[in-house]
Amino acid sequence: MAALSSPLRICRSILKELRYLKGPEYKGTMMYSYVLEQFRKNQVTSERYCRAQREAVHMSHTYQCLLESTRHHLELHNHYHGKGERSTQEAASLVGLRLPAQPGGKGWED
Amino acid sequence: MLQGLCKFHRRFAGALLPFAARPLTLTSSAHVLRANYGSATAERRKFYQDVSISQGEGGLFEINLDRRKLKTPGGKLFTVPNEALAIAVATEWDAQKDTLKFYTMHLTTLCNTALDNPTQRNKDQMISAALKFLETDTICYRVEDPPGLVELQKNEWDPVMDWIEKRYNVIIGSSSSIMGPQIPEETKETFRQHLESYNLWSLTGLEYVISQLKSVILSFGLIDRHLTVEHAVLLSRLEEEYQIQHWGNVEWAHDYDMYELRARTAAGALFVHLSSESSTLKKKLLRD
Repeated sequence: MAALSSPLRICRSILKELRYLKGPEYKGTMMYSYVLEQFRKNQVTSERYCRAQREAVHMSHTYQCLLESTRHHLELHNHYHGKGERSTQEAASLVGLRLPAQPGGKGWED
Repeated sequence: MLQGLCKFHRRFAGALLPFAARPLTLTSSAHVLRANYGSATAERRKFYQDVSISQGEGGLFEINLDRRKLKTPGGKLFTVPNEALAIAVATEWDAQKDTLKFYTMHLTTLCNTALDNPTQRNKDQMISAALKFLETDTICYRVEDPPGLVELQKNEWDPVMDWIEKRYNVIIGSSSSIMGPQIPEETKETFRQHLESYNLWSLTGLEYVISQLKSVILSFGLIDRHLTVEHAVLLSRLEEEYQIQHWGNVEWAHDYDMYELRARTAAGALFVHLSSESSTLKKKLLRD
């Protein structure tokens, strides 16, 4: 498996993402206290292989990936798709067509 | 023909607009809030300030938007089995700025699906639906050309294939024919038995991950913590990544898709882990 980064780094990245979401008051959020509590609880003193700890690291990494990817996706979405769908008129003019203005006019079919 | 289309469009747009512009309807008398979720891409004005969680009947956690309780699109009270999931969902609602972007709230969506079960399926049907992907699993289908991609698929996919065959003691195999490999019935039976141990919630999450990655094998790799989300998504998009290396990356298509896939996959995996661990979490809470 691709090596997971250290718990400390994951913890920092999650907190960083929370700051992106909530701005300066991110320290007041539920998630902030929950994440810190979880990371403190799962700290172990020995370097022994610990299954529960590994699971916790994997889960926190997944959560960090969720936050980060959602942020990137939203950025790209706002950049490229933020205006929503084009109107029929705009879409038609993209390919050099015009919508019919009056019956029998140009582009009008029966 | 065009005339008919225009007329249709006008009527359709007319029917939709007042709906989209309509403010959220709150049933404040019962102090219960039914968020008007609308369609997946529609955005709605944010109508609350504070998000909090509370523990209600049966130890289930609820989400409160200001003083009102959140409900599902189906009208049920929105409840989740543990605190971690509740906080994660609350964070999604809390993170919304001026408008609610439901397409970024994957965990909320998954909870809604699990609570409402819109397709009204039972566990057996869900397991069958999930395992159906095994017959057309992404990493079972190999190309014969170009040589670079053949080698890439071999180098990247074979280790995962070896891992799952050892981990579950099954035979899957891969094939370059359009019919795919012949997967033995015993293999499906083994996976079916394994999935029997999942609850309805984790099955909802797992099915979501499988349908995102288009692969049962990669999904098991992720859920069993053999792969990270990034790695599983990379392996799922291997051919696309290969083409990108050759023809270049287009941000508004490739990166857009990749981040969306990562976000959805991560949400699904997290959902599986959080909803299958509710019992152990409770035990821990009691012990503390």
